[in-house]
Amino acid sequence: MGQKITIEPVTRVEGHGKVTIHLDNEGNIEQTRLHIVEFRGFERFVQGRPYWEMPVLVQRLCGICPVSHHLAAAKALDVIVGAGTGESLTPTGEKMRRLMHYGQIFQSHTLHFFHLASPDLLFGIDADPLKRNVIHIAKVNRDLAVQAVMMRKYGQEVIQATAGKKIHGTGAIPGGINKHLTEEERDFLIKGDDYMNIDKMIEWSLAAVEFFKDFHKKNKEIIDGFVEFPSSYLSLVRKDGALDLYHGVLRAVDAQGKKILHDVDYQEYYKYIDEEVRSWSYMKFPYLKEIGKKTGWYTVGPLARMNTIDFIDTPLAQKEFEAFRAYNHGKPSHKPMHFHWARLIEILHSAEKIKSLLYDPDLMEGELVKKGNKQYEGVGLIEAPRGTLFHHYKIDDNDQIVMANLIVSTTNNNQPMNEAVKHVATKIMTGKKEITEGMMNAVEVAIRAYDPCLSCATHALGQMPLEISLYDHQNQLIDKKIKQ
Amino acid sequence: MKGTPEILVYGYGNPGRQDDALGVLLAESIEPWARENQLHHIHTECNYQLNIEDAHKISFFDIVIFADASKENIDGYSYTVLEPSAKTDFTMHAVSPAFILSLCNQIYNKYPLAFLLHIKGFDWQFMQKMTSGATKNLNDALCFLKEILLKNNNFKVCA
Repeated sequence: MGQKITIEPVTRVEGHGKVTIHLDNEGNIEQTRLHIVEFRGFERFVQGRPYWEMPVLVQRLCGICPVSHHLAAAKALDVIVGAGTGESLTPTGEKMRRLMHYGQIFQSHTLHFFHLASPDLLFGIDADPLKRNVIHIAKVNRDLAVQAVMMRKYGQEVIQATAGKKIHGTGAIPGGINKHLTEEERDFLIKGDDYMNIDKMIEWSLAAVEFFKDFHKKNKEIIDGFVEFPSSYLSLVRKDGALDLYHGVLRAVDAQGKKILHDVDYQEYYKYIDEEVRSWSYMKFPYLKEIGKKTGWYTVGPLARMNTIDFIDTPLAQKEFEAFRAYNHGKPSHKPMHFHWARLIEILHSAEKIKSLLYDPDLMEGELVKKGNKQYEGVGLIEAPRGTLFHHYKIDDNDQIVMANLIVSTTNNNQPMNEAVKHVATKIMTGKKEITEGMMNAVEVAIRAYDPCLSCATHALGQMPLEISLYDHQNQLIDKKIKQ
Repeated sequence: MKGTPEILVYGYGNPGRQDDALGVLLAESIEPWARENQLHHIHTECNYQLNIEDAHKISFFDIVIFADASKENIDGYSYTVLEPSAKTDFTMHAVSPAFILSLCNQIYNKYPLAFLLHIKGFDWQFMQKMTSGATKNLNDALCFLKEILLKNNNFKVCA
């Protein structure tokens, strides 16, 4: 008897989605799918609006990563106002935006590791859901919980100092930025008390990497043996191959690490990337045109970035990157649990970058905006915490948006997340008649490694319980579990 | 609690999604009102959503009033006492006020007296204009809250 098992929605990822796992008569995995109800209405919604509204307007997409959308939109509009791309802005404009972006990466990655990932590592996949959160971490390791809270807070302070406010920040505008960093803001971020200073953030970031490496050393089966499957990887890289989360050229490598997209200008991304629509999912499936729909899918995000770049230009993160690469014998890592390792290296890199920028006088003086001749089309890409984020706009003579295309990081990772679900399900559910909490959470752990922001992908609002439904081969419901 | 309690009114929601702005707008209205009335012990904060760093923020206050839009079937608004809870929702990129209280307690061994002011909303599309029903509920909730804030004793009654 064939069965369909539905896990709906996925816990501890933003928005909502459901996983269906189809078993054949022998209990083998026949098919798995991660369904995400993507709502594409936003691209229509912005049409007819004046282009300069975009950096603020697009933040409505998501309460999780508004800064990423803010900056990607601003970068696209830099092109439209004739200011050029990333490196063409004034030093102040570019550096203030970078500071904002590193603050966003720092706080977002911190939340994911300490609040979402580390409980799974510390307490185990089978642990009581009530224990798999930062409160229980605080019970067993208060210092770790304090670090999580204060690192998040620090990242938010950086965002507020650069974007102007927490909600609907206005810092980035077409062609540059609308404010300098004040002396007071700079001093607070450099030498604030109550842990709120950049040296403490770097110290804690290093400690977090060490925490992971120590755990990895003692628990190789959990990190390395959880699941592994080959993938291509895509990200921005700096022109010299360095990690650059704010600007660069598009690079993709195959499963062996060979370049398959050769550092191309992202203004022409549509020449290289397309999106496939599949009947069973509202969320599209991006792929590299040259490779084709079937095998041209790729992974984005922290792990992808560690697999595409040649080096990191901050010393502490570079050292950790070297260790990461050496562990993987110089080849791409195909282990989704290595996302956590990569994420921690990027936390450290972001902290180092923040420190470097805070001591840069360009942030406190200099031209804020660059102007040029109006263009009718612009593309802005950024390496958001969850991966490459695309914003593409066209305008008319009245400066109104006539076309918008957004490919969010989570959409880029659609196929990889589906692959991860398939591999985990095959490994742990084959031949099983019942779905245990541990099995369910294992599927979710695989998805969570990608830190999907379904709020971006679906523009979801509200919350839902976890619902698990079991169907027979005739799609008759034979079991249902709800986790409130 | 000694002397005048330090009070935080914390509104959260996405102002870009119609009635989801209710909590934020309430806090934004309280801020100038408190200043004009020289109620220096009343502070405000706004954000898209609550998150773990808010445990640190609320640890400095005696009383915290969380304000949020609600889809629940309530009559205009509701005002309830909050208790700490470690229960998490599935969307853990954001956390509940009760979770924040619990985390605050776990880390700092204390937590403020807390209330949740839920204001009923009706529509949640991508636009900034609230529905007329939500606007009325916001005004009613504001009147209610201002009255309470002017009479600190009410906190003891409610609690």
